[in-house]
Amino acid sequence: MRLFVSYLIGLVFGIGISISGMANPAKVLNFFDIAGQWDPSLAFVMGGALIVTFVGYRFVLKRSGPALASQFQLPTRRDLDLPLIGGAAVFGVGWGIAGFCPGGALPALGTANPDVFVFVAALVAGIIAAKTLRAALAGRASPTITPTL
Amino acid sequence: MIETAFTPFQSLAGGVLIGLAAVMLMGTMGRVMGATGILAGILQPSNLSDWSWRVAVVLGMVSGPVAVLAITGQFPAVQVPVSTPMLVIGGFIVGIGVTFGAGCTSGHGVCGMARLSPRSIAATLTFMLTTAITVYVIRHVLGG
Repeated sequence: MRLFVSYLIGLVFGIGISISGMANPAKVLNFFDIAGQWDPSLAFVMGGALIVTFVGYRFVLKRSGPALASQFQLPTRRDLDLPLIGGAAVFGVGWGIAGFCPGGALPALGTANPDVFVFVAALVAGIIAAKTLRAALAGRASPTITPTL
Repeated sequence: MIETAFTPFQSLAGGVLIGLAAVMLMGTMGRVMGATGILAGILQPSNLSDWSWRVAVVLGMVSGPVAVLAITGQFPAVQVPVSTPMLVIGGFIVGIGVTFGAGCTSGHGVCGMARLSPRSIAATLTFMLTTAITVYVIRHVLGG
């Protein structure tokens, strides 16, 4: 049941990404190219997704817990730190170079376009490299001092 | 550079489905619909039951374009105006950034922003800005 529901939710997400244009790097890059071929479509993706999630979360998170798991698992941190801001800044550079973000690229795998496989392979390599680096840094300098902004 | 048509209605409808998926995943599994977090949990599994729902979500995502093909008769457009070496470099950089930044467009930009999380708002503003700067530099300074 959990797997079937998870699959269906992934499917809804994948159809949404597909028709929104988020799986299309040309469209994504043109959204950010305000000085050139500007295509404002992705503002509608973000707007639609945000409004539905904002309203839907109000109802869902009022319940005592999720239907198929023991509890809601929500990030609780509220502080801003260097890994968060630096990581987000680095992510933007990569997104601007490639035009794919993880949520756009994973559904795009379903089109069997070879470029998507190249991107996702590099994405996975980057995630593994970053996790390895973070583990090495944590091992060398413990207790860690986290710089806060 | 490839010209793309302005598609407000499809994009809004797609955004609504993305939001519905986020709400349903929270309502059933109690999880944030973040592509980065779901993928990272597949690469570094903690236990089988945690690993399997993530794989099921990704299989569903990959089926999205196939469902669109079945309904409309064609795959959604995936036009890549970027060379293969740049895709590799961009993909690797995205992987590093989303790991340290703990999220991407779906996790921070949709789920976190919808919860008004200060971390997600700051992360989203940051990556939207650096993406725009990167695109500007590549297209208008370097002339790619």
